[in-house]
Amino acid sequence: MAANDAFVRFEKVQKSYDGETLVVKDLNLDIAKGEFVTMLGPSGSGKTTCLMMLAGFEPATNGDIYLDGQSINHVPPHKRGIGMVFQNYALFPHMSVAENLAFPLQVRNMSKAETQEKVQRALDMVELGIFGDRRPAQLSGGQQQRVAVARALVFEPDLVLMDEPLGALDKQLREQMQYEIKHIHERLGVTVVYVTHDQTEALTMSDRVAVFEDGVIQQLSSAQELYENPKNAFVAQFIGENNKLLGVVEKIKGDDCTVKLDDGTIIQAARINVNSVGERTSLSLRPERIEIDPPKSMQNQLTGDIEELIYLGDHIRVRMNVAGNSEFIVKVRNRADKRELNEGQKVNIGWNSSDCKALDVL
Amino acid sequence: MRILIDCRGKNMTSTTLDQGNTNADGVLLTSDGIPLKQKLVQTTKKARSRAFLLTLPLVLFLIISFVVPIGQMLFRSVHNPAGTNVLPNFAVAIKNWDGIGFPSEETFELFVKDMQIARKNREIGKTVGNLATRMNYAIPGSRSLFTSTSRKLSTITEGPYKEALFKIDKKWDNQIIWRNLKRVSSDYTIAFYLAALDHKYDDNGNIVAAEELYQIYVSNFFKTLRLSAIITFLCLIIAFPVSYLLSVLPLRTSNLLMILVLLPFWTSLLVRTTAWIAILQTQGVINDILVFIGLISDDGRIQMIYNQTGTIIAMVHILLPFMILPLFSVMKTIPVSYMRAARSMGATPFTAYRRVYFPLTLPGIAAGTLLVFILAIGYYITPALVGGEDGLLISNLIAYHIQKSLNWSLGAALGTILLVVVLVLYWLYNKLVGIDKLSFG
Ligand SMILES: Nc1ncnc2c1ncn2[C@@H]1O[C@H](COP(=O)(O)OP(=O)(O)O)[C@@H](O)[C@H]1O
Ligand SMILES: [Mg+2]
Repeated sequence: MAANDAFVRFEKVQKSYDGETLVVKDLNLDIAKGEFVTMLGPSGSGKTTCLMMLAGFEPATNGDIYLDGQSINHVPPHKRGIGMVFQNYALFPHMSVAENLAFPLQVRNMSKAETQEKVQRALDMVELGIFGDRRPAQLSGGQQQRVAVARALVFEPDLVLMDEPLGALDKQLREQMQYEIKHIHERLGVTVVYVTHDQTEALTMSDRVAVFEDGVIQQLSSAQELYENPKNAFVAQFIGENNKLLGVVEKIKGDDCTVKLDDGTIIQAARINVNSVGERTSLSLRPERIEIDPPKSMQNQLTGDIEELIYLGDHIRVRMNVAGNSEFIVKVRNRADKRELNEGQKVNIGWNSSDCKALDVL
Repeated sequence: MRILIDCRGKNMTSTTLDQGNTNADGVLLTSDGIPLKQKLVQTTKKARSRAFLLTLPLVLFLIISFVVPIGQMLFRSVHNPAGTNVLPNFAVAIKNWDGIGFPSEETFELFVKDMQIARKNREIGKTVGNLATRMNYAIPGSRSLFTSTSRKLSTITEGPYKEALFKIDKKWDNQIIWRNLKRVSSDYTIAFYLAALDHKYDDNGNIVAAEELYQIYVSNFFKTLRLSAIITFLCLIIAFPVSYLLSVLPLRTSNLLMILVLLPFWTSLLVRTTAWIAILQTQGVINDILVFIGLISDDGRIQMIYNQTGTIIAMVHILLPFMILPLFSVMKTIPVSYMRAARSMGATPFTAYRRVYFPLTLPGIAAGTLLVFILAIGYYITPALVGGEDGLLISNLIAYHIQKSLNWSLGAALGTILLVVVLVLYWLYNKLVGIDKLSFG
């Protein structure tokens, strides 16, 4: 994307709280108008810090942040016009729900009638039309969450930041809210920067996901890209389930390579993040890409000893020992014609070399 | 609690719904047919009696140290038996006197005989001195009449007693003495409340305002309220930013500062108060510095102590922690995200502070002001040491009557009025703020 049509832009941003360690190291990120971008990463990887710098509550130690082409390093938070949803919602406990929603409009000196109308519209949007007079404490967690979303949107900001907004909800409610937030985003066309440590949440909601680790964006791409083509071992490990086999690169040929595992097995793999022969590599392999009794066309053919079977309804997780790795997982779809499997059984397995990525070693 | 609700949401089945059987009267029964309420009482009885036993020492302590003394005080403020104790027979007889002219000759005889007995009595509360003191409250300066007469009374052996008495001292030939004696002969009186409110009985038994010279109590009550209000306000002004700072600083720093705040608690009250004397007196540190830098001349030294200023300064210092602690504990629980949320919605720092932060500190402000005000209103030692005459509060007057003048009834009446004032203020406060909204930390 060209630099001038980025709506939000982090340029060589660094952040340190104590002057000794960098919490955010050289962050470069462009976000287009109307995009839904998620910062995904383990706890402590610097996601909240990035959001706080964007909102203006923490100064960037170095580098620039642009909003709509303007550097906002010296713009105070209340002049940035950025809506925000906090992890614990930060609904004002001494105000009713309607007063909470009216707050951003009142500080903008909006007329009473207009305020009332917008508040009602926002409440209706999150289906809480009749709860305006309640105090936040009188609402359930999910309802509070919706109020927080409505409050961040009621003054029609172009950019909304959400810091783990669903972290306090139970699983079912969280999934429901994911869709609601996604739909609101599509309907209003606002730009959303979303922070979460939950990969499913990130994958289902976002246009693009920035995977954070240790203050660095490891990969920034669509959900599908992240899952199908992880650029390094961290992303492969972090996103989805993943089998890891360690070995040494024997031969490199274009985008393919040959790897000798530690127990001597030879594997054909796609070369992603290895540079030279003799280098140690970790092979990443999704459990659903492995076949039991594979067709002859598959480049990699091995045997495995079944150690455990876990019945999960739509599929069966088979844990087996393959090439010395006893944590090797294969997912078998629960089809009517599926083969009978037993613990202790020896089976033939196989996979395509393109599904097996040769990555760096963590 | 939450867990309970969650479980119900998930596991509720039809059997749990109609679990409670009811009897003919619609009373809920357990599955064994015992009324649910009764069973509940049974099952919780042990826990409750244990809880009661645990609080028993406190209950006893409160009764002994609080309820009994206050009851005593209330009683003493209206009960003064000096008349009946010293002159038991006379006290009965004079009740029949209608207050016109002089009492009957028999009454005079009883008076003389009672006085003769009382003169030999050494039992505390039953001596002529006790009566003289009590009469002196009613008629200032009448004390010597009783003591001197009692010494000469042994000369009277037979009637007519009235003339004999008048011969000993002409002052007995005065209706006012006898009317007051009649009033004093009653065990219960509101005279001390009248005195505490700057009123008295006039010679005809009507309630009138005391002479201007003696009108000291009501004005002192108002002064006490005013000073307490000023002290509370100053404490709030000073404590608010300090508490805010404490609540936002990192834990280590704030703990250190908190120790400084609490340091006064670890020093004797006397030491702290006398330190203020050293600092504030006319030859003290502040005046010396001001003279040294030439802001005031040597003979223009400022009087900052032994007046109301001294009382205010020293008491603000001493009561400050009682404001800081509840404020701090409330501010500590206000997450930064509230202010951030307000800012992100477009509020300037000031607006965010005024509309979001400040209202959330109100429970702390309410608790702190109540605490400081109530403490200030009854404070005794500091005004006594640094208040001079002008800075004395009502508690000092109470102490004076309990310790020096030994007019315990008046002290008790003053104390009771103070208690009532505090209770009324507390009630008002509850109406305005709501005691359930307070947070003492
Ligand atoms: N206000 C702060 N002062 C000092 N260190 C901080 C502060 N906020 C966060 N950190 C540190 O910065 C790192 C990143 O924190 P954060 O941005 O909150 O991560 P995330 O949101 O990804 O969990 C953590 O190591 C955290 O300890
Ligand atoms: Mg965070």
